[in-house]
Amino acid sequence: MNGISRRGLLKTGVAAGVLGMSGMPLRAQTRGGKLTAGLSGANTTDSWDGRTHSDLFMIASAQGCVFDSLTEIAADGSLKGELAESWEASADAKTWTFNLRQGVTFHNGKAFGADDVIESLQMHLGEESKSAAKPIVEAITDMKKITDHQVQFTLAAGNADFPYLMSDYHILMFPAGQIEEAIANGIGTGLYQVKSFDPGVRMVATRYADHYKGDSAGFFDEVEYIAINDNTARMNALMTGQVDAINRIDFKTEALLRANPALRIQEVTGNQHYTFPMLTGTAPFDDANVRRALKYGINRQEMVDKILLGHGQVGNDTPIGPANQYYAGDMEQLAYDPDKAKFYLKEAGLDSIDIDLSASNAAFEGAVDAAQLFQASASAGGININVVQEPADGYWSNVWLKKPFCACYWSGRATEDWMFSTAYEAGVPWNDSQWDQPRFQELLLSARAELDSDKRREQYGEMQQILRDEGGVLIPMFANYVQAVNNRISSPETVGNLWQMDNGRMAERWSAA
Amino acid sequence: MGNVLTIILQRLALGALTLLIVSIVIFVAVNLLPGDFAQNILGQGATPEAVDSIRRDLGLDQPPVTRYFDWLGGVLQGDLGTSFAQANFASFTGTDSGATTVAAQIAPRFANTMFLAMVTAIIAVPLSITLGVLAALYRNSVFDRAANITTLSSISSPEFFLAYILILFLAVLNPILPSLSNIYEGMAFSERLQKSLLPALTLTLVVTAHMMRMTRAAIINLLASPYIEMARLKGLSPMRVIVKHALPNALAPIINVIALNLAYLITGVVVVEVVFVYPGIGQLFVDSVKIRDIPVVQACCLIFATAYILLNLTADIMSILSNPRLRHPK
Repeated sequence: MNGISRRGLLKTGVAAGVLGMSGMPLRAQTRGGKLTAGLSGANTTDSWDGRTHSDLFMIASAQGCVFDSLTEIAADGSLKGELAESWEASADAKTWTFNLRQGVTFHNGKAFGADDVIESLQMHLGEESKSAAKPIVEAITDMKKITDHQVQFTLAAGNADFPYLMSDYHILMFPAGQIEEAIANGIGTGLYQVKSFDPGVRMVATRYADHYKGDSAGFFDEVEYIAINDNTARMNALMTGQVDAINRIDFKTEALLRANPALRIQEVTGNQHYTFPMLTGTAPFDDANVRRALKYGINRQEMVDKILLGHGQVGNDTPIGPANQYYAGDMEQLAYDPDKAKFYLKEAGLDSIDIDLSASNAAFEGAVDAAQLFQASASAGGININVVQEPADGYWSNVWLKKPFCACYWSGRATEDWMFSTAYEAGVPWNDSQWDQPRFQELLLSARAELDSDKRREQYGEMQQILRDEGGVLIPMFANYVQAVNNRISSPETVGNLWQMDNGRMAERWSAA
Repeated sequence: MGNVLTIILQRLALGALTLLIVSIVIFVAVNLLPGDFAQNILGQGATPEAVDSIRRDLGLDQPPVTRYFDWLGGVLQGDLGTSFAQANFASFTGTDSGATTVAAQIAPRFANTMFLAMVTAIIAVPLSITLGVLAALYRNSVFDRAANITTLSSISSPEFFLAYILILFLAVLNPILPSLSNIYEGMAFSERLQKSLLPALTLTLVVTAHMMRMTRAAIINLLASPYIEMARLKGLSPMRVIVKHALPNALAPIINVIALNLAYLITGVVVVEVVFVYPGIGQLFVDSVKIRDIPVVQACCLIFATAYILLNLTADIMSILSNPRLRHPK
């Protein structure tokens, strides 16, 4: 995979399709058996409508089993084709031509083609659309069917990451003209076919016999996902062998699981991060020196140790994490330094400062404790933080984006541009720090349309540096995804770190031991 | 029998009034909670436009009084409405597929809860009455003390604690029973029973003390009465005295307590259902309160209230029927 430059991959995605086909695991994986997993993040409101998916249970059931997208992020973070075999971009990255895989059928027998792609994407549009992928699809100004297996997209502005965006778990391929039926019954092109689905309770799917991925993926005969939102119940189910795998290990009882020889713990650091955004348009956070003082007043290592119990990594105030392509891991790390905090307060013309910090555990587990740790560490630097405990109900409507300084979390995005344009681009609705810096904005726009990998690395590196030095979001920690599997299941060496449970694709990539 | 019928009709009328009041209280209470369905379902993505759009679709922009009477009108015609969650999807897809009404959503869950309640009742009721009779028979003996201490300590422990203790001994250390009660439609009865056994045992531990002690107390209370003295003087065995002579007269209070506990088995099993991942109505109720899905919350509450009212009514009728003095008033 290293032999092919990212530029080559992006410009002519032909190779990607081939890589996808040859992406065989090193070890021979046996077909057969059953995977039973206990997963959290299930709701009685769940359905097969990809536009509404937001948590693991449905991501693993839909994109992970029953449905496919145009592209797919492999476990090692590289991009490969799923329903698209290859793709090509124009020089300005504005026009993208996708060549679709031939001979693919939906579970009801309908053949997959260009119309399905166009109609599936149009689902996300419309004024009333509540789809989380609306911003992605809105950027497409024109969708043209060239042949039955070729689609051309014209974007409003060049975007080198466009094929990456097509791997989003909201953007699933439904059969054209039968979308309602497909949503009601779960009819996709995925490796597994729905056998029974009870929202918020369980999902059972069996292997679709003639799937185009053939012997390279989808090794189980049957997959059963059981909704277990309660931490202890999930752990009990794994300990007593009633499920083979569970997500989200409770850190406090992790040692018990480690002591069990029949279990393996998988721990990956992805892009999930916990943040304290401040509204940089509001005093005192409009002063870069005040922001710098806060950056030195927070004890990041202590938070990783005490809030995440070591299951994470310190953050450097940039939302770009280890699962991103252009993650600047070599950038100098911000560290706790009350003297520097005092120094920057002086620069801002202040001896000490009083700040309200709104927090609730709705933001992330332990957010209130984290705010109190921050309060204690910052006081040495002359920063007096008053922790305001907000109710968990309505936190995202009443506190986040409204209070000048609060707690928040992001699950991260697969690409730099996606993350930045969701929460750091001037004027976007989720810009939770009111971030608007001319140089940053300029780099964002130029890197988006840049197809040259080296130049993009440089540009994204500078953007991460800007955020570290003066950005309005404190990102003290990246939280690991921790999950457990028993001996009945074998999993590859590398598991995806974009999402829990191998990016939700364990049914595709794991096999019976 | 005429007066029994009058009582039934009176009680049913009062019950209907109670249901109305319950529905008002629940509606007001859910509306007082911070956040609404639109905000909860959108979470971090709750932009004002999206929130407004969902509220408009679901009619949440109407004043509460209007919404309440719309809902009440539907219920009086036997229509429990559509849950917000399902209505929200319908607005996504443009159509409302028939099987998404609150009634359709609750029915399988309620059937599961009833199944668990039945299994528990079949174990718990005979067990506690037997224990109660034996405790009365051998009162103040070691057996009596032991039975009292065991049942009292199990009723004093929180349900989840009992559940974990049972899981530890019966699922982890000695893997006899499954700790996960994920029953589903189409499951074989024996498997269903096996999967429901741990939660049923937990609930048995919770309800036994109450019933057993009431049985014991009611019988002992009667043992001082002259007719028991007479029976004893006739030379009847203590067992016969208690079962044949004392128990029938003690039935009224015992039936009352049983009814109360059965109602608890339907309405109070939330914690046990969560611990054992049992797909009953309690979990659905909690999920719905969490997302402020008012139609489902209302329907669940109505079911709970109805269960209480009907079981209490049954208890009263049964105690009248079991007491000749009430059956044939002068």
